[in-house]
Amino acid sequence: MKVLSALLAGIVFGAGLVISGMTEPGNVIGFLNLAPGWSPALILVMGSALATAALGYRLAGRRLKPLFDEVFHVPTATVVDSRLVGGTVLFGVGWGIAGYCPGPAIVSAFALDFRALVFIAAYLVGTIVFEVWDRRVKLKAALADG
Amino acid sequence: MYTLAVCGGVLIGLAAAWMYLSLGRIAGISGIVGQAVRDPSALWQIAFVIGLGIGGLLVMAQVEPAAMLPIDNGWLMAAGLLVGFGTRLGSGCTSGHGVCGIARLSKRSIIATCVFVGTGMVTATVLQALGVMPS
Repeated sequence: MKVLSALLAGIVFGAGLVISGMTEPGNVIGFLNLAPGWSPALILVMGSALATAALGYRLAGRRLKPLFDEVFHVPTATVVDSRLVGGTVLFGVGWGIAGYCPGPAIVSAFALDFRALVFIAAYLVGTIVFEVWDRRVKLKAALADG
Repeated sequence: MYTLAVCGGVLIGLAAAWMYLSLGRIAGISGIVGQAVRDPSALWQIAFVIGLGIGGLLVMAQVEPAAMLPIDNGWLMAAGLLVGFGTRLGSGCTSGHGVCGIARLSKRSIIATCVFVGTGMVTATVLQALGVMPS
């Protein structure tokens, strides 16, 4: 059931990304580029998405546990650290260059949009580089702690 | 166009709410991809990513394709590397921080969203003004 639920969530999410126009980088750049012809579409997408999600979280949160798992897996970090800010700066710059964030790029890559395929190849490399780097950093920290 | 933006957004929100109700998980795409990269046997994560493709293709078959912004391959690669590394270091992207995190009123996500929207706007505006990127 977990796999089917996630598949369903992915299908609805992917459909929403295409309907909202966010899979075309031109529409994203139209919001990020503060110039004549600026488009507020992305705010409407994000705003309606987060309002719907907030309502859903409140309703689901009344339950003791999710339908198909034993616990709710909620992020526990609360501190705004250099990783959060630094990583997000890098992400923002990358997003501003091409107008692709991970979700829309994955959807467009499935549609064999060549721009998205190039982006996703580099995106996966970036993700793997992070995993390798992160492991080294954590290993060094663990060794330093004895 | 704005009606479609809101309809699409509501669907994204419903998908995020369903992920939480059914699996108790945050629908953060960079996080889900990160888990699948770390552990290729992460079944529900892979199912979610495949679902993204199925849902997108189903809708694309119904609508006329939008005008496509041409983007240089070098810029696409630079952007992909930055987004891949940055979203993992910063624990989230537009979906995890911008939609799910703000919906949970997470302070980290609210700050992260301000940071990536701000840096994204500066980057896009400067590159477009310099004329190095097509628009």
